Amino acid sequence: MSSTTLPRRDAPLSNELRAVHEHYRGLLRTRRLYTVLGGLGLLVALGASLWFADSSNAGEFFDRLPYFFDFFIHFQPDEPMEIVRALFDLPSPFADGSFKYDYEVGRVYLSGDLYLPEYFYQMLVTINIAVISTLIGLVFAFALSFFAASNVTGSRAVRFAARRFFEVLRAFPEIVIAGMLVAILSIGPIGAIVAVSVHTIGALGKLFYEVVENADTRPDEGLRSLGANWLERVRYGFVPQVLPNFVSYALLRMEINVRASTIIGAVGGGGIGEVFRLSIGRDHAAKTYAIILLLFVTIIGIDWISGALRKRLVGQSAFQFGG
Amino acid sequence: MSTLAMSAHDAAGLRARHPQVFHRPLRQRLMAPLAALVTFAYLVFCFFFFDVPAVINNAQWDRASIYLADWYSWEATPRFRFKDDGVDLEWTRSLLGDKPNPDWIEKTGPQSYVSRFDGPDNSIEISPDSVVAIVGGTRYAIPVMAEGAALPAGAPASMSLKGGRVTVDYGFAGSAEVRNTQVYVRHRFFGWPNFFFDPRSSFFGMDAGQVWQAVTVGERFNPDMPNIKLMALDFLYNAEWQHLDVYDKLLQTIVMAFVGTLFAALLAFPLSFIAARNISANRAGNWFMKRAFDLLRSVDMLIWALFFVRGFGPGPIPGIAAIFFTDTGTLGKTNTEALENVDDRQREGVKSVGASPAVVHRYGVVPQVMPVFLSQALYFWESNTRSATIIGAVGAGGIGLKLIEAMRTNQDWENVAYMVLLILIVVFIFDNISSAIRSRLIGSGGH
Repeated sequence: MSSTTLPRRDAPLSNELRAVHEHYRGLLRTRRLYTVLGGLGLLVALGASLWFADSSNAGEFFDRLPYFFDFFIHFQPDEPMEIVRALFDLPSPFADGSFKYDYEVGRVYLSGDLYLPEYFYQMLVTINIAVISTLIGLVFAFALSFFAASNVTGSRAVRFAARRFFEVLRAFPEIVIAGMLVAILSIGPIGAIVAVSVHTIGALGKLFYEVVENADTRPDEGLRSLGANWLERVRYGFVPQVLPNFVSYALLRMEINVRASTIIGAVGGGGIGEVFRLSIGRDHAAKTYAIILLLFVTIIGIDWISGALRKRLVGQSAFQFGG
Repeated sequence: MSTLAMSAHDAAGLRARHPQVFHRPLRQRLMAPLAALVTFAYLVFCFFFFDVPAVINNAQWDRASIYLADWYSWEATPRFRFKDDGVDLEWTRSLLGDKPNPDWIEKTGPQSYVSRFDGPDNSIEISPDSVVAIVGGTRYAIPVMAEGAALPAGAPASMSLKGGRVTVDYGFAGSAEVRNTQVYVRHRFFGWPNFFFDPRSSFFGMDAGQVWQAVTVGERFNPDMPNIKLMALDFLYNAEWQHLDVYDKLLQTIVMAFVGTLFAALLAFPLSFIAARNISANRAGNWFMKRAFDLLRSVDMLIWALFFVRGFGPGPIPGIAAIFFTDTGTLGKTNTEALENVDDRQREGVKSVGASPAVVHRYGVVPQVMPVFLSQALYFWESNTRSATIIGAVGAGGIGLKLIEAMRTNQDWENVAYMVLLILIVVFIFDNISSAIRSRLIGSGGH
């Protein structure tokens, strides 16, 4: 098209061009067909799913919708200050001896009159569960990920075993591990720690070995040419390269683990999740809103700290998700 | 690295040329040991914070082995009761049907029985006037008196006496507890009991060939329906395994993840265009939308779930709503970031031929971000299939609730194992589907 006049739209095409044109049209048709078919399939699946979900729910969606707003309207503290009192374990003017207003009871005394409010203490338990699980997960995933990476481990069988191991740990339902340990150790955070750690090993292991596989192999080649053994190759050829990414993923995982240990807490792992489930189950509005406030601030704070740390470690590529 | 031959001169030269490698500042050199020290101190703190020694001491480890064994094995529990005139064989909560007649219990006389654990060398003989435990081929007569049983002379380590009861441990095969009123035998077998048909079913106790025969040529057990239908119903409504209910709950969990993620992806798509700085010029709109995403994301999925459970009642709807709310926030945030990183040249190209803003977005922006959007949505679908299990446990329905119920009884660990197996299969299938679609999307380079 070097000439200034463009060919008209219906200008006859040469045979070769027509063949290309036909082929292009054909491709376009197939793609449209697939798009339409995929969309239809999705719609049918969605319709069936919605019908199924609605019919197997205890209350049907549209029947329950008005009550949902009822719940919100009724679920209010006596006055806004009650939320603050519940949060800091201050005595309530509404106290009538019931569990609803027994804010002071949960105080954890550190020394003399100095106390930690109950929900702050429980939040601390949950954060500690998350941190220690991340540490455990980091250590094991670090050690095992090299056995799953194709550029470090030559044996197909070892790699296969390591990868399937990570997969099973990732997919194994956390509540089962927690529930099993609660049955043995009685209710407490140890079950939650083990459950979250197991999942973390699987999730971090997968991310780690992908990082190792994407590492630059030139340092490794250099070391190999000098006759370094396997351990030396990993230590000096890979670890310095992958460590920032590893730590970044671990921090990301810690954010996720704070949420995970909250949920696990609600099913018997202790910590803030458990007190939250109890307070909403007993209709204690002030306590519930106090916990939501605390959780909200904590999660945002942790996300922010870990985000800033990750940005320092690996720069702008920091924002990625891990399952 | 002993093979590396280097003269002292060369080495000194290297050191001089790369001081940053050989003489790192003190701060950097101390970094690793310091991190290790802090981590260690933290571990010690946690050890006492969570009171690990007390928890370990108070743990019921004997239960652990029983619970674990229940995952893959089951127990038959006959009781041999001493009556005035002899011994009665009784079955409690029998998994073997109404009138079990297993080949490991033999009636050796009018009032005497032998119960065998893997062979005649490990068995127990019960008759009105004597109880003889045979452990590893050696016979031990256990004296049973009115006030309780006593240990025989030279009893092996596998026999123990507690509160007038002698327990003979036969390892995995089970145990026998001798009391003054009865001998309680627990015989453990490998596998899941009555997985296909419960004892009330007409097909109970048949092997595969017999079932096939009954279904194809056999006479009808129930005149109202063909045997094949009866078989399907007996299987699905198996009282111990509740297959139909388990599949139903599993489907609920899958539906929760699917619908929740789909709705979230559909809503996050338009909202992220509002939130992206380079797409819509309204600063207040950008800011408001981004904070809305943060709010949805940071109020945890658990909180949404518990709220919606209170509102809608237990079932998959609160689960869908919880996933929908959380993931609208998360997908909105990732979508916005993808949008803010688009290549401007394509938009300018479309704009330069005089296209309207809608067309600019359709052909200049969407083709670039669509693969990222879809692959994020698929990723969350995959991960929500896992988290829907946990959400279910707090009341949002699905397999999670069923798992929690099965675990609460502390007896149905084989059902827990069954459900875990099903969950693992489902998660693997969905992982593979999602990663296959994702690799195709990324591989095709975004249309």
